[in-house]
Amino acid sequence: MERYKLTRRDFLRVSAAAGGGLLLGFALPDPSTAAGAETAGGFSPNAWIRIDDDGQVTLQVASSEMGQGILTGIAMILAEELDAVWSRVTAEFAPADPAYFNPMFGRQGTGGSTAVRAFWTPLRTAGATAKALLLQAAAGQWQVEPSQCHARNGEVIHDAGGNRLSYGALAAAAASLPVPDAVFLKEPEEFVLLGRPLPRLDTPVKVDGSAVFGMDVRLPGLLTATVARCPTIGGKLKSFDDKAALAVAGVKAVKQISSGVAVIAEHFWAAKQGRDALQVQWGAGPNQGLDSKAIAAAFAKAVEAQGVVARSDGDIEGALEHAAKTIEAVYRVPYQAHACMEPMNATADVRADGCDVYVPTQGQTGAQDAAMELTGLPRERVRVHTTFLGGGFGRRGDTDFVVEAVECSKAVGRPVKVIWTREDDLLYDKFRPASHNRLRGGVDAQGKIVAWEHRIAGAPIRGQKRRGLVEGETDSSSVEGAKNIPYAIASLFVSYVMYNPGIPVGYWRSVGSSQNAYITECFFDELAALAGKDPLQARLELMDGYPRHAGVLRLAAEKAGYGKPLPAGHAHGIAVAASFGSFVAQVAEVSIERGRVRVHRITCALDCGVVVNPDSVRAQMEGAIAFGLTAALKSEITIQDGHPTQRNFDDFPLLRIDEMPEVDVHILPSRESPGGIGEPGVPPAAPAVANAVFALTGRPVRSIPIRLA
Amino acid sequence: MLRLSINGEGRELDMDPSTPLLWALRDGLALTGTKYGCGIAVCGACLVLVDGKPVHSCVTPLSAVAGKQVTTIEGLSPDRSHPVQQAWIEEQVPQCGYCQSGQILAASALLQRYPQPSDADIDEAMQGVLCRCGTYPRIRKAIKRAAELAGATKREG
Repeated sequence: MERYKLTRRDFLRVSAAAGGGLLLGFALPDPSTAAGAETAGGFSPNAWIRIDDDGQVTLQVASSEMGQGILTGIAMILAEELDAVWSRVTAEFAPADPAYFNPMFGRQGTGGSTAVRAFWTPLRTAGATAKALLLQAAAGQWQVEPSQCHARNGEVIHDAGGNRLSYGALAAAAASLPVPDAVFLKEPEEFVLLGRPLPRLDTPVKVDGSAVFGMDVRLPGLLTATVARCPTIGGKLKSFDDKAALAVAGVKAVKQISSGVAVIAEHFWAAKQGRDALQVQWGAGPNQGLDSKAIAAAFAKAVEAQGVVARSDGDIEGALEHAAKTIEAVYRVPYQAHACMEPMNATADVRADGCDVYVPTQGQTGAQDAAMELTGLPRERVRVHTTFLGGGFGRRGDTDFVVEAVECSKAVGRPVKVIWTREDDLLYDKFRPASHNRLRGGVDAQGKIVAWEHRIAGAPIRGQKRRGLVEGETDSSSVEGAKNIPYAIASLFVSYVMYNPGIPVGYWRSVGSSQNAYITECFFDELAALAGKDPLQARLELMDGYPRHAGVLRLAAEKAGYGKPLPAGHAHGIAVAASFGSFVAQVAEVSIERGRVRVHRITCALDCGVVVNPDSVRAQMEGAIAFGLTAALKSEITIQDGHPTQRNFDDFPLLRIDEMPEVDVHILPSRESPGGIGEPGVPPAAPAVANAVFALTGRPVRSIPIRLA
Repeated sequence: MLRLSINGEGRELDMDPSTPLLWALRDGLALTGTKYGCGIAVCGACLVLVDGKPVHSCVTPLSAVAGKQVTTIEGLSPDRSHPVQQAWIEEQVPQCGYCQSGQILAASALLQRYPQPSDADIDEAMQGVLCRCGTYPRIRKAIKRAAELAGATKREG
């Protein structure tokens, strides 16, 4: 058995719960102080596991539930090692507290498909520790050795005598015992819950309207605000006249805040009417006149700059020179909006003695930090209450909506909910960066790909404060999915030029891989065509050293019937990408009907290591494909006169049910550590479809969304 | 004071009659199951049933529903027993869940009209309800399952 040795840095703590139960808490090692320093004080009062004397098990979940099923996934991991009765397990959203920091971030937050990866070992250890204490408590009562007992289904059982005691009955005694210095973790073969398609804990409240999203927070005396912000990105407020706004029935106050002018009212409709009536003068700022055409021209120029080398194998210039055939292409991707179904919002209640923030957030620590800075209150007085998130996709890691709510509440001395309209949500998003890519490739006389050059110009997510061309700096998320393509090509060169036109950008489901997988997997098909090879065969020939990529590629191809005859006018496209610790291949069956791309079916194969909940994995693949197809087929953000052109779902359309292909998901069994599942299904979707369109038309698809000529 | 019939109950509301039904439900009556998504009748998150037919509450003024029966997600069943809710649980449809009130009400209206809907019926009735999480494959399955559940209930009844 895998023996996980606890160290003092794991800071496990056990204590009695009010009412006679067991609390087990621990603080995760903080990567920022992990160099041997043991944080003073050490223990946090915040428990991960509470066992009441009636046997009810309550788990605190530090991750945000934005649709990916993490509430259930985290609970399954804890309950597995605890051997709890699943029907007696409830999960709650943890408050903002260092005890709940994500070990991969050193902050509390959900993103990068990290939740299961980061908490896998700590949570299993916590569950196993609680179980060890319960075993020890039972053994003590029976005056036998703990090794003569076992735990199952919420009970401790004496192997020989058959005596049984429930966890509830043992909780109080277990709470007084010292934490063992080592515990056993289960082997995958011993899993009772993990690997089973258990129904999600949050499904019932999501079919009867009772799930509380940020929008649904209600508090005594709550006011609602809408905020007028500068119509040009980066512009500033010059002046405003609040008379007409204040004349709207229900409007209580009009206040200047850092992002603009807030109209604060008894309810949303009054706030919206008030904002419509408000008179504001804006200074257009640095982006006045900026449009997509100018941005495209600037990127095209920037890509010619030297750039920072992200990867350089072999001799790219020599390889291109000596190749039998070469090809050159420019690939472009536009800005993309997150477009969560629940527009941005936050509720704050700022008082002299404390501040409560109720928010659908992916970043509890960031929300807490922002509120602390604005109120001057210490951390323990700023409580962050995480609601359900009506979608996140990276957008809700930001704090702009939290800042607005805190500023509004502070200004009027009452709790205030700031609601963004859909128009606000699109206009003031932090977009997936646009990028401009120049690629060159070459094949030898035998049709082997021997040269691959990819020069990227794009805006960085980190360090985006600097505008224009920034020489000598790189950005890890801009090259992910480009510098790690799974092909053994002798001369492979990837470089990055940082160019920031001034449009705010942010993390968007699958980040750099969302665009780089499209670019690289489509350029690969161009090279395969140049070599006269089948795209699948050409990939597999170069996949020495990439067994997990090859495994999912083969599985997807087999399940899709790749290479077998399709109905007339249909073609397959194939793509593979690894991101966030998981490997995903997709085969798209596509036709062109009345001048439009029709995706009939996507066969998806993935290797995400040990599977927590296979039904959640399937759901995430289905959803990621829909997300990828919206970007591949439907929508983009363009810029005109310094602001996004698109305003609502009429000009930023999402994929509809009648456009959704059939999706088959095949999970490759694996004993590897768990990979992420929230994002890795997105990257292969666009290139699989684009490669099928290339196969149908003979014309490569070098920009998305796909627009057939 | 406006008099309304919401989920079979008479409710009184002191709001401007031009207020959209969506905000009257959410802010006036604390029925927050009905969601705001776009405000322009494009996404379907705000769907409610008015006299049994799906209506975009975000663009429907309160004055337009006087004397009519409004059903929201909270009124579909008292205990998640409606066949569509049951099927939604069986097929594990929701991800983030935000659009699901609109999806469920649109599906229940569809099944009223077509107890055995074809794929084309489903596409037509559901294409105006957007889901960013991409729960569409499960919505299709769940509607077919709900048709079976509703049929079984009828035969038993």
